[in-house]
Amino acid sequence: MDLSWMGWTPFTATFFVVIASLIVSMLVWEKLVPGGAPRDGILGFETTRGDRLFVSLLGSAFIHIGWLFFIGDMLWWALILSFFYALAVFRWV
Amino acid sequence: MQRKTNQKAWFLVLPVFLLVGFSAIIPLMTVVNYSVQDSFGSGEFYWVGTEWFIEILNSERFHSALGRQLLFTSIILAIEIPLGILIALSMPKKGWGASICLVLMALPLLIPWNVVGTIWQIFAREDIGLLGHTLAAMGVEYNYTQSAFDAWVTVIVMDVWHWTSLVVLLCYAGLCSIPEAFYQAAKIDGATRWAVFRYIQFPKMNRVLLIAVLLRFMDSFMIYTEPFVVTGGGPGNATTFLSIDLVKMAIGQFDVGPAAAFSLIYFLIVLLVSWVFYTVMTARDGEAG
Amino acid sequence: MLSKIRITPTLYIIFLMVPLYWLLTMALKTNAEILGEFTLWPTNPTLANFKTILTDPSWYNGYINSTIYVALNTVISLTVALPAAYAFSRYRFVGDKHLFFWLLSNRMAPPAVFVLPFFQLYSSIGLFDTHIAVALAHCLFNVPLAVWILEGFMSGVPKEIDETAQIDGYSFGAFFVRIFMPLIGSGIGVAAFFCFMFSWVELLIARTLTSVHAKPIAAVMTRTVSASGLDWGVLAAAGVLTIVPGAIVIWFVRNHIAKGFALGRV
Repeated sequence: MDLSWMGWTPFTATFFVVIASLIVSMLVWEKLVPGGAPRDGILGFETTRGDRLFVSLLGSAFIHIGWLFFIGDMLWWALILSFFYALAVFRWV
Repeated sequence: MQRKTNQKAWFLVLPVFLLVGFSAIIPLMTVVNYSVQDSFGSGEFYWVGTEWFIEILNSERFHSALGRQLLFTSIILAIEIPLGILIALSMPKKGWGASICLVLMALPLLIPWNVVGTIWQIFAREDIGLLGHTLAAMGVEYNYTQSAFDAWVTVIVMDVWHWTSLVVLLCYAGLCSIPEAFYQAAKIDGATRWAVFRYIQFPKMNRVLLIAVLLRFMDSFMIYTEPFVVTGGGPGNATTFLSIDLVKMAIGQFDVGPAAAFSLIYFLIVLLVSWVFYTVMTARDGEAG
Repeated sequence: MLSKIRITPTLYIIFLMVPLYWLLTMALKTNAEILGEFTLWPTNPTLANFKTILTDPSWYNGYINSTIYVALNTVISLTVALPAAYAFSRYRFVGDKHLFFWLLSNRMAPPAVFVLPFFQLYSSIGLFDTHIAVALAHCLFNVPLAVWILEGFMSGVPKEIDETAQIDGYSFGAFFVRIFMPLIGSGIGVAAFFCFMFSWVELLIARTLTSVHAKPIAAVMTRTVSASGLDWGVLAAAGVLTIVPGAIVIWFVRNHIAKGFALGRV
């Protein structure tokens, strides 16, 4: 089947591979330590590991968009910022 | 209800996962791919990085479309939710009156969206429409193809006409689940009409109201067909909402890259809002059961 | 007192009906009368507009195409949604909450976002301009909706019924089809109604994925507006005919419709 219309690039392919491996690693984690470690975080509702991953990813997307809007260039810094944001989410949310 | 843990349940969900995944994941991946490239059609792509995102985020066009969209959604929520509650409260609870009300009220919801547009386009025209003609006869200056304000009024009234019934039906379903004994108890206690609403009816409607707000927010945020048929996004760009602008960009001008970046930003906003609603909703469910 | 209370719904229904009345009036007028002197009702009611639609293939094929893909979509959506809704209402499994939210997020995604990739996707697998393409594309929002509604109705059925059937020696399939499905009959009806409704009213995706052979009636109407100098009477008649199927279907589910709109969650 011809997939050229999808316009793959090495960068976007890497992006999706990373997302997919994050989901897979979540499954592995769940297998090792079942239950998803639910707890009430600072957002005031119960979250599991999967919820925290989702909050991290969605938040990171907005961090990147905000970076592009306010600063525009050097997106690596946004990536690093997102990483620390994700750590914070996994620690406190 | 307490549910058993059973990983084999995945097999029951698998067909849905594959079917929706086919229609959702492949297109979404494609949109992401397009958003970082420039295309001159026929499968030729050039890497541009984040250029389109910066362009869209800083473009006057996107800002004003987003602004119009937020204004539109706020206005129709502010009208439809209270109006829907009011109508649901005064609807007959049972008997043939209730049946007739339900069928007639649900009718606008089943009309194809472009026909809704056509109905209002005809209805509001000054030369052949009842509304436009009546307003003209009363000396009101009204022309939705010329005046931005009139176009807005037309689009909002049309949306109220089209969708308020959804809120009514949801609230009605909530009200119907209140046992008659509650009202009798309130009557014996000499509760006022307001107290009955505040302490008996409103708590029961809470849940369905959340669904109503969620659905109305989402659907108004992606509105395309109805205003497109009536005003075509005009006059000028006065009623060009996000979806109208996006389709114009993607299909009309075939600016694939910017349209893809636009789509992703649009989608992320919707995703954030629906996640907040969904979390609030499931948190409530957890407390209730 | 009674008459005073009912005034709000009455006014609301009048507000709903007046534009519909106007559409019907236009459909019964000749074009000359529409554009001529303003009249509140047709002076010479005529069925000519309806006759045009029912005898011209480019018009009535639109209705046939719409009906085919709507029916296909309803069948596909319900077939896959029934087992999935059962799984969501009865079991916990890895990622169930997230899967459910992911499904819903597709119901909430703006169709405009999907228009361009859909066109490319269905062209590349050779399904462009077929009924099945539109039916599959509409699954994007109808399957999640059907799962959501059915899950609501299924959660209302006590779990003891499943266990009793198991003890009585029913296989899962036999239990599901012969005992469980009749119990949630009204839920299935409502879910089917919603699939029908959202597939029937959608225009943007249906228009993008078709050109000739599967062109829906909604698209036929929009193209008439732009092309052959406006024939308001025929356009109004076409509009009236698109409302009829919905009005018929609504009558059958009127007792469950409110609960259905609440997604079975009342």
